[in-house]
Parts: sequence; C-alpha cells; structure tokens
Amino acid sequence: MLNKLYDWVDERLDITPIWRDIADHEVPEHVNPAHHFSAFVYCFGGLTFFITVIQILSGMFLTMYYVPDIENAWQSVYYLQNEVAFGEIVRGMHHWGASLVVVMIFLHTLRVFFTGSYKKPRELNWVVGVMLFGVILGLSFTGYLLPWDMKALFATKVGIEIAASVPVIGESIKILLAGDSTILGAQTLTRFFAIHVFFLPAALLGLLAAHFIMIRRQGISGPL
Amino acid sequence: MSNNRVSRRQFLGYTLTGVGGFMAAGMLMPMVRFAVDPILQQHEGGDFVLTDQAVADITEEPVRVDFAFEQVDAWYTSEVTNSAWVYKEGDKLIALSPVCKHLGCTVNWAGDTENPTQFFCPCHAGRYEKNGQNIAGTPPLGPLDEYEVRDQDGFVAIGAVRDNTLV
Ligand code: HEM
Ligand code: FES
Repeated sequence: MLNKLYDWVDERLDITPIWRDIADHEVPEHVNPAHHFSAFVYCFGGLTFFITVIQILSGMFLTMYYVPDIENAWQSVYYLQNEVAFGEIVRGMHHWGASLVVVMIFLHTLRVFFTGSYKKPRELNWVVGVMLFGVILGLSFTGYLLPWDMKALFATKVGIEIAASVPVIGESIKILLAGDSTILGAQTLTRFFAIHVFFLPAALLGLLAAHFIMIRRQGISGPL
Repeated sequence: MSNNRVSRRQFLGYTLTGVGGFMAAGMLMPMVRFAVDPILQQHEGGDFVLTDQAVADITEEPVRVDFAFEQVDAWYTSEVTNSAWVYKEGDKLIALSPVCKHLGCTVNWAGDTENPTQFFCPCHAGRYEKNGQNIAGTPPLGPLDEYEVRDQDGFVAIGAVRDNTLV
C-alpha cells in the first residue's frame, strides 16, 4: 500500500534521488560506535538536533495555552501544567530539554574542538556553530522569563543588568531588552516572548540549514 | 526454516522502524493529548442563578431577565451577564434562551413590528413562535433552547440550558 503510493509519486516526481542524496551515506568506521565505542562522541551533534526538535514541538504546543501578559502568564502556566492533560509532561519536556540542549551543544562543541574538526576547510562551519550556540543561549535566557514567577523575574533582572554593564551602549541594550528604562514588566514579557518564539527560532532554523548544508558539502572530518 | 528468510537488512529495517515509531509516538502522544484536552474536558451543569425579577410580575408576555454568574474560563474568572426570555404559561414559568439557532445572534421578543407575537433575530430575519418554535421559511433550523427555571422565594432563578421541551 505505502510502497504503491511511493511508486506513484516517484514515477511522476522522481523523488528517490532527493532523499538518497540526503540520507543514503555510509557511516565512516571512525565515527561508528559499533567499531570503536569511543566514537559515541560523534553522536552529540545529532542529539543536539534531536532535542532542538523536541523544544520546537513542545514549545509550539505550550503556546496553545500560554499568554505573554503579566496578569495572566503565571496563571496560564499554572493552568497548563496542573489542569490540562499531560501538561506536566509537555512543560517538563520543554523545561528539562532547555537545559539538556545546552549540555549537548556544549559536548558537541568539545568533540569538534578536540578532534580538530574546526580546521581548514571547516572554519566557516565552526563560526556558524558558535552562532548556533549563541542563539540557543538566547532562547534559554528569553524562555526563562516566560513563566513569570519570582525566579524568572530576578534571573532576568540580573541578566539585563549584566547586559547593561557593557561599556557605552550598555544602557541602550538594557532599554532595548526590557522595553522600558526602569521597569521590568509588561513590555519586557511581550518582547521576550516575541524573541523566544519568533525571532530566535527563525534564526535557529536558518543557521541549522547552513550548518547541515556545509556538512553535506564537506563530509565529516577524518579520523585522528 | 522457511524459504523466505529475513535478511539482516530487512531485520534491521523492521527493528529500527519499530523502535523509531515507538519513540516518536512516546514524544507525540502527550503533546497531542495536551492539545485536544478542551474537547475531552467535562463540564458540570451550572447551578441556579437567582435574578431580581419577581415571579409575581411575570405575565404571559415574555420579558427579558438578566442574570449574572461567575464564569471560569481556564485561568480567567469573570462575572458575565446572560439573559433569558421569561413568561408564564398558566402557573408554569418558562425561560427561553435568546441565542438564535441559525448562527448565534440574539433574538428579541416582538423585535419585528410586523410580527409582534414572535421572537425576531435581526441578523438574518429569523423568527420564532412564543414557545421557541422556529418559523418555517426563516433561516433558523431548530427551536430556541430552554433554561431550567424555578421560583425561589418569589424570585426567578435560572439554571442550565437544555433542548426545548415545549415544541
Ligand atoms: C532550542 C530551543 C529552545 C530553548 C532552549 C527554550 C528554552 C525555554 C526555557 C528555559 C523556558 C522556561 C521553561 C521553564 O522554566 O519551565 C521556555 C519556556 C517557553 N518556551 Fe521555549 N525554548 C526553545 C524553543 C521554543 C520554541 C521554538 C517555542 C515556540 C514556538 C517555545 C515556546 C515557549 C513557551 C510558550 C514557553 C513558556 C511556557 C513555560 O514556561 O513552560 N520555545 N523555553
Ligand atoms: S443568526 Fe439569527 S437569523 Fe441568522
């Protein structure tokens, strides 16, 4: 049944070469944990991507109940966690995934560093990787404010004060982030929400695409 | 051993699809159940709400009776006001919902001067008899809903809404 459907589409659109080009590659021996167990370090990039997919999916579902408004944000998070079926699980995926994705991207970066994979010709992909790291940290920072509890509020105060300590432009960065020169409130929450669910995910997807296209072009780096 | 042996490639294909499908389902099931929760939530029927309309003042002519109650909308609780068209049939109190059964506008008693003994919906000129029966040839497809209603110490109390029992 499925095979027939596939053949019907393939006959008309010739889709086989497309997915072969993306998916059909031999795994080199030096990155295959079945050959050398220590090759598991090559899994961290894939694991980072896997958790990023979970973050995007669980985040999309959370947005069905969450409201970025100071009167209702905390209430809506409380409601979605305690009153909606599986709310604890879906919020839990996003909450724990947010920490895990940082751990994974860090381990992936260490692997690339210690295998020297950032060297010529892969310098550009290292640069994109550092930007991805920045975007993920940005998502973590902006997401952390959204539950609008005490921890979120004061963590963001501290974060914004750190940004404000930048010489010369610090004060402007602070106002740009908080949306007000003195208050961390209504406008901060809406900004952080917009950045968290639109701006940074868009940047993340663009950078991921660049990252993967470069990997396809250059292949995985050779054995040590 | 049968003749069509499962090759190593087939075996790995089946196993990986199975395990992968199981993992994907484990991820997606909670999220989908979370999203469809509003469909599956139970709603208990509302309590009777006391109005300040004296039962003694109700006649055979429908009058609009407003009633306010606390509405819990997920994390937002607020006081909302609804209304009912209340009249007496003999000694029996009757309360009809003002929500038009065409597309949900609000009907008025005698809203159309040409039909002073009918309910009238201004949106698409839907009309109903006094007992809520929709008039054939106008847009509504069913009769107006009915509220449970009772006399509580001389005042009208309005309860849950249900299908019309008069027509
Ligand atoms: C790598 C990507 C992401 C990371 C690292 C991340 C991180 C976070 C963090 C740390 C929180 C606070 C959670 C808590 O304290 O329980 C949060 C909340 C939230 N995130 Fe994300 N996020 C990511 C992607 C997304 C995406 C793509 C969306 C939506 C399209 C999203 C929507 C939300 C929403 C609505 C909340 C508030 C609900 C809550 O606090 O549980 N996130 N995020
Ligand atoms: S909504 Fe009442 S007639 Fe259309």
